Amino acid sequence: MLDFTPKEIKERASGGLINPAKTCQPIGAMYAALGIHRCLPHSHGSQGCCAYHRSHLTRHFRDPILASTSSFTEGASVFGGGANLKTAIKNVFAIYNPDVMAIHTTCLTETIGDDIPAFLNQAEIPEGKIVIHANTPSYVGSHITGFSNMTRGMVNYLSEATTETKKEQVNIIPGFVNPGDMREIKRLVKAMGINFIMFPDTSGVVDSPMTGKFEMFPKGGTTVEELKDTGNSKLTIALGSFASTDAAIALERKCKVPAKTLKTPIGVKATDEFLMTLRNTFVTEIPYELEEERGQLVDIMVDTHHQFHGKKVAIFGDPDIVIGLTELVLGLGMVPVHVLTGTPGSSFEKEVRAMLLESGLKGNVKAAGDLFEFHQWIKNEPVDLIIGNTYGKYIARAEDIPLVRVGFPILDRSVHSYMPIVGYKGAMRLVEMISNALLDRQDRDAADEDFELVM
Amino acid sequence: MSVTEKDLERILEAYPAKVKRNRKKHILIKDSSQEPQEIEANTRTIPGIITNRGCAYAGCKGVVLGPLKDIVHITHGPVGCGYYSWLTRRNKAKTPPDGKNYLAYCVTTDMQEKDIVFGGEKKLAQVIDEVVEIFKPNAITISATCPVGLIGDDIQAVAKAAQEKHGIPVMGFNCEGYRGVSQSAGHHIANNGLLEWVVGKGEMTAAPAKYSINILGEYNIGGDSWEIHRILEEIGYHVIAVASGDGSYEDLKNAHVADLNLVQCHRSINYIAEMLEIKYGTPWLKVNFIGVEATCQSLRDMAQYFGDEELIKKTEEVIAKELARIEPILEQYRKICKGKTAFCFVGGSRGHHYQKLFEDLGIETVLAGYEFAHRDDYEGRQVIPHIKVDADSKNIPELHVEPDPKFFKLRISPEKAEELKKKIPLSYYAGMNVDMKDGHVIIDDMNHFETEEFIRILKPDIFASGIKDKYIPHKMGIPSKQLHNYDYSGPYAGFNGAVKFAQDVTAMFTNPAWNFIAPPWKGKPLLEGQLQK
Repeated sequence: MLDFTPKEIKERASGGLINPAKTCQPIGAMYAALGIHRCLPHSHGSQGCCAYHRSHLTRHFRDPILASTSSFTEGASVFGGGANLKTAIKNVFAIYNPDVMAIHTTCLTETIGDDIPAFLNQAEIPEGKIVIHANTPSYVGSHITGFSNMTRGMVNYLSEATTETKKEQVNIIPGFVNPGDMREIKRLVKAMGINFIMFPDTSGVVDSPMTGKFEMFPKGGTTVEELKDTGNSKLTIALGSFASTDAAIALERKCKVPAKTLKTPIGVKATDEFLMTLRNTFVTEIPYELEEERGQLVDIMVDTHHQFHGKKVAIFGDPDIVIGLTELVLGLGMVPVHVLTGTPGSSFEKEVRAMLLESGLKGNVKAAGDLFEFHQWIKNEPVDLIIGNTYGKYIARAEDIPLVRVGFPILDRSVHSYMPIVGYKGAMRLVEMISNALLDRQDRDAADEDFELVM
Repeated sequence: MSVTEKDLERILEAYPAKVKRNRKKHILIKDSSQEPQEIEANTRTIPGIITNRGCAYAGCKGVVLGPLKDIVHITHGPVGCGYYSWLTRRNKAKTPPDGKNYLAYCVTTDMQEKDIVFGGEKKLAQVIDEVVEIFKPNAITISATCPVGLIGDDIQAVAKAAQEKHGIPVMGFNCEGYRGVSQSAGHHIANNGLLEWVVGKGEMTAAPAKYSINILGEYNIGGDSWEIHRILEEIGYHVIAVASGDGSYEDLKNAHVADLNLVQCHRSINYIAEMLEIKYGTPWLKVNFIGVEATCQSLRDMAQYFGDEELIKKTEEVIAKELARIEPILEQYRKICKGKTAFCFVGGSRGHHYQKLFEDLGIETVLAGYEFAHRDDYEGRQVIPHIKVDADSKNIPELHVEPDPKFFKLRISPEKAEELKKKIPLSYYAGMNVDMKDGHVIIDDMNHFETEEFIRILKPDIFASGIKDKYIPHKMGIPSKQLHNYDYSGPYAGFNGAVKFAQDVTAMFTNPAWNFIAPPWKGKPLLEGQLQK
């Protein structure tokens, strides 16, 4: 397995990737668009992009992922995609009848310079229907950038400041996380008794229940009315600087809603910070229910600290998630020695390095990296545990290291998208997963005489 | 249950006029009294329609080239295309003794904005240098993605220069996603390259063993190819190369010496079979190793081709032995499957092949079709000369081959070939439609809307398709089987595959979880009481 990955690290000057730790913008945009109620994402480009993105999202969520495409052939690539898009808009509303059509571009349509707003001006959009768009060139950023761009598109097209004074409500941008995480974030805010609008919100869309009926547009998603009303909120909390800040800033500019970026609330500290921000902004007490959960989490961490303390861990995945995970494992007394994201952005390296430094640690930290290099790091400094998405299983097998699957995509296990990793409850789950991985490993490797009932 | 013209009209009525006119030509209700029934296929997908189709890149790198294990496949483009085609088709491959198996590696030039503006050729050349240094592969392929063609990167020139520099084959494939109307265009582009640059480059001048064959259009999803190998080798065949499941550059370069080419997936590889016949004189036989009956028939056809009494005898022995082993097992599953109905809408040839396996279990296919087929896949090869070549197909370069001066060898006389053609599908494929029953639906490029509508009318017991539409029938309470990747199971080919398939399908029908869909309180009154007497 991965036998051709040498231990010796040589700089690869090309800038090409071997085993990428990121993918392209449009899939992130498609995922974000699914978080609008009764929205059909539309991929403006060749069919293959849409097919690949739908397949990948379907494999991760194991739920129908519907999206349409402009189905370019060579002609459209030469003469521009205006005609294809106008036809697509007509057909989408006539056949599937969504309330919103959310268009994202691809590297093809970005390269030929298709001007989506100009096309939209000429298109026949049925009365009462909404078309929004985001530019998502695949040759910039990653799927996280695409998520961010589509979320900002929601603000650009829909947010409105219509009330004289801001309402006592908070906008929450959850970032590129699972519907299970979105549900958990909503539970926390509800427990605080605060009115909120979460956008995008894919819960109820990509984790829809089995009812014996197929609903093309399930119950979930942020409604258009809610998206409009985001302009009237008192505060926007962007969870995760990579996936959520841009939309929050756009909303601040457009509707004067103050923006605050926090970490994705993974682990005690980030969750504390999230709740404190809500508490201080809305002058409301954090309910005992949440304080109790926090206390339980800390109790678990203390009770089991010996399992984690000093254990070396390598973490990869999407930047906001990896930052959160790094903070969580530091809180467990673990030593993150390799931390990598595929998404470019120097702030990632700065933020992770600062966290490590605070714990008196130094490690390999890289943004815009790939799994080939990540594997080489592990060969040079082995770890006790890898935390990352499904693609990590090849390295885990090659180096015989346990893998805890967290992030996007997880293609080889199920249920993950329902189970939160955010909040105190999510942290408990992560601690359990990490603990089980390490203890299962200890059991597997133990000599008969060292095999123990109580651990 | 079947679909009437009236039902069809009602479905199509929901479409805007232009869409209706278009889609009407892609849907047939089988009516043997009107044969031949013509279907439209391999035409553009209508923009805005939720299709299951992919693109030329997906067909080229994703399907055909990707499984070749001793080659490093470089995707030239932004990160996505390489990423999505990385290990997602379950093409299994054993690592050979020399250890060259690169399937777990995904190499992409990860083009950035500056590469789009200033060109990506230099970056590509550098990536090739790094690949050679790190991996030392037997060959390299470069697959182009959409923006590469648009900005005019000359990947052929880069490939040529790299080949000279490194002394290994470096092959460029212009399979930009917008070429053609589906992944089928990419198969064609990939096959042209394999024929031009790989086959015939080996040292072999004659078949190394009796009954030497190649298997074409078999991708070893879930280990299908290994089960086919097991059976063929037991009978006494020698498999030289497989295109391309568990295949390799090293094997494929000697494919020219085989005495017969088997064609499993007609759609993805009929071109190469035809060209191999012209260039090297190797005839091809359409086979189908999906389904018990189909496998037996294919084995018998192969034996007839070689016409050797010993081989015919051995073939019957193996068939008898295998049937004696698996029939009692299948019989148990048939009890559950019998009388059920299926939709079978899959990529290129599976929409036809799997009907045979369903049939073995007593399941009738009431609707079938292909994502990216051409008319000949439905109507048979005799329509090929009558297929209109449109602008989209013209953009895919046609390879014109001639008999190879060094390797061409007539395997069987023209007279013998003519005689065989009357008995076995030598150089022939009759298409899917002949096997469909009257009243059943044949549908090309079935889209989401039609999927929902036809399920409502026909209420199949099982829906066979791919990952994108799998969960739609699921939500309706209908078991759905992925036949692109077998729901991570398999193999489904050959005799053992039929058993595995029967087990899996039966598990879908009988799993208790389906019974929980309706909560027990639904339809029950909130308050229960009794009338007082």
